[in-house]
Amino acid sequence: MAEVEDTLKRIQAQHGVIGTIVVNGEGIPIRTTLDNSTSVQYAGLLHQLTMKARSAVRDIDPQNELTFLRIRSKKHEIMVAPDKEYLLIAIQNPSE
Amino acid sequence: MEIVYVYTKKRSEFGRQCNFSDRPAELHVDILPDSSLAANFTVRDPCNVTIQCADEMSEHEVNTERFESESRGINHVEGGWPKDLNPDDMEATIRYRKKVEKDEHYQNTIMQIAGLMEHCIRQNNATDIYEDFLEDEDEEDVEESEEQPSAKTINVFRDPNEVKRTATSLSWHPDGNHKLAVAYSSLEFQRAPNDMNFDSYIWDIENPNKPEMTLKPVCPLVCLEYNPKDSHILIGGSYNGQIAYWDTRKGSQPVEMSPIEFSHRDPVYKAIWLQSKTGTDIFSASTDGQVLWWDIRKMSEPTERLVMDPTKKGNIDNSLGAISLEFETTMPTKFMVGTEQGLVVSCNRKAKTPAEKIVCTYSGHHGPVYALQRNPFFPKNFLTVGDWTARIWSEDIKESSIMWTKYHIAHLLDGCWSPVRPSVFFTVKMDGTLDVWDILFKQNDPTLCLKVCDEALYSIKVQDNGRFLACGSQLGTTTLLEISSGLCSLQKNEKALVSEMFERETKREKILEARHREMRLKERSRSEQSREDEMKETDGEESVEELVARAEKEFFHIIENERMKERNEEKDKDQEKGVCEEKDFQEEHETNGVSSFVRTEISL
Repeated sequence: MAEVEDTLKRIQAQHGVIGTIVVNGEGIPIRTTLDNSTSVQYAGLLHQLTMKARSAVRDIDPQNELTFLRIRSKKHEIMVAPDKEYLLIAIQNPSE
Repeated sequence: MEIVYVYTKKRSEFGRQCNFSDRPAELHVDILPDSSLAANFTVRDPCNVTIQCADEMSEHEVNTERFESESRGINHVEGGWPKDLNPDDMEATIRYRKKVEKDEHYQNTIMQIAGLMEHCIRQNNATDIYEDFLEDEDEEDVEESEEQPSAKTINVFRDPNEVKRTATSLSWHPDGNHKLAVAYSSLEFQRAPNDMNFDSYIWDIENPNKPEMTLKPVCPLVCLEYNPKDSHILIGGSYNGQIAYWDTRKGSQPVEMSPIEFSHRDPVYKAIWLQSKTGTDIFSASTDGQVLWWDIRKMSEPTERLVMDPTKKGNIDNSLGAISLEFETTMPTKFMVGTEQGLVVSCNRKAKTPAEKIVCTYSGHHGPVYALQRNPFFPKNFLTVGDWTARIWSEDIKESSIMWTKYHIAHLLDGCWSPVRPSVFFTVKMDGTLDVWDILFKQNDPTLCLKVCDEALYSIKVQDNGRFLACGSQLGTTTLLEISSGLCSLQKNEKALVSEMFERETKREKILEARHREMRLKERSRSEQSREDEMKETDGEESVEELVARAEKEFFHIIENERMKERNEEKDKDQEKGVCEEKDFQEEHETNGVSSFVRTEISL
């Protein structure tokens, strides 16, 4: 439990990270550093996107699977680490 | 009115068969026209009747059943919560969340994916992969495009007269470079035909069919120059030694000409404008051995006179014929004269006595120095073109040139530097070829060799932008060429590289010069010790004939050795060849300067 806390804190403390969200299989943000409405929005949208990306990778090569998803936008980068049940979302501003 | 005709039939006759009979027509009623009725009507003339020759169509309207649509939006509210949980209930949600967090599976999963996430975040922080890396490289590629150096002919201006004359001198218009002044004359001694036209022309580049303006001198012009400060004034040096100047606004006749008594005695080969406050000073050079200074406002006599006597005595009999002049506006006190004898004389304008005027001489050419120009970027180095080579000199080294081209088959007749690139210069040859040399690229051969025409090319001038050049030929054909951009755009580091190259060569020559001097000193001191009196006499006053005899002896000696070598080779190769054939073969091998003496030796 404490390790999880530490890890998440460490991620949040990295340079440029704006926020982190942990989402479960139903789309509920379990742990978030952003406000509720934003978290819910991110959770809902990215969940669907991750599903789509996963199925796309599987369709192309059934042996393959999605390990990570990065969306680079003008303002920041959204990183999604998917798992069978949970989703870890981090938003980072990478410009140095 | 009613007209009634009654047909009757008896009842008893009903049903009987019809009995037809003929009878003539009976007039029953005759209705005559009643003209009073015409009052009820008016005549309509014309009658408008519309007719159309088209398909007959009919218009129809149909209305479908109405399709009704409605816009609707769905708003997703938090979902996913288990059924029994009310999402608005803060406590319940927190409790649920805490429960999930305590799940072990959750913790394991989070540890795993958090590791991955951290790696990616750190990666982002380490380098910005979307940075513009290749911005600068693209620009460089464009500059260094590997295009072959090339030149193409844009226009050809032919001498419109029947009797063709040589285009001996070209001058570009100082502003705008749209006009080219060409001087025509025949340089062959006394070979000018009687009906040769004396005119020189100013051509507009765009119009090769007809010259824009004609200049009518009294005698054909050998050289022609635009005044760099005033583009309407031109000076021309003519074949009979006179100098004339034209103003293009005033017409084709010269405004003023120098009087024959005070002009040169030989054709004026070069006349250049000087830099002065009034902008009216010129100086001219001719093979009669004089360099004269003039002010064009007063052409009645030259303002100054210098005799090209290398012994500095002002003796005109000893003087060297001047055939080219060089003046650089950045060095207004110095000027250089190229002579017919192959010497380049450097002079000082400001010297008081004529003896001091001639500063030093540079010898190196075997024939007349046809062109002389300082490098526009490195004025200490200058280019000379004469005999079969072009040479680059440094002012400090007087014994020899620092760089030179190989000996060509044809004579080089003119040359000039490119005004935009310090390492590029152009030369024209007697066989009608134009050579473009880039000394940074290749020193042994020209970078580009173009055959412009079949006859000899006598003059070449590059435009100030370095891109266009004009060359004039023996039959009066002036060709305008455009060279590729690689040859007229300054490369990076070019100036530094060229200056390094010149310095290197200058240093080499300096070392050689020092060595030569040492050797000469040693020899002199040695011979002085052994035979003082005799050496003094022969050194100072060894006559010309003796020198010539010595040279001849050495020459024959060398030729004999060569012939011996060849004779032996021939004998080895083919023993059956007759002696005469052998001798003929050897004669062909001998070089150009074979004198009659050698010929008699062979017959012996």
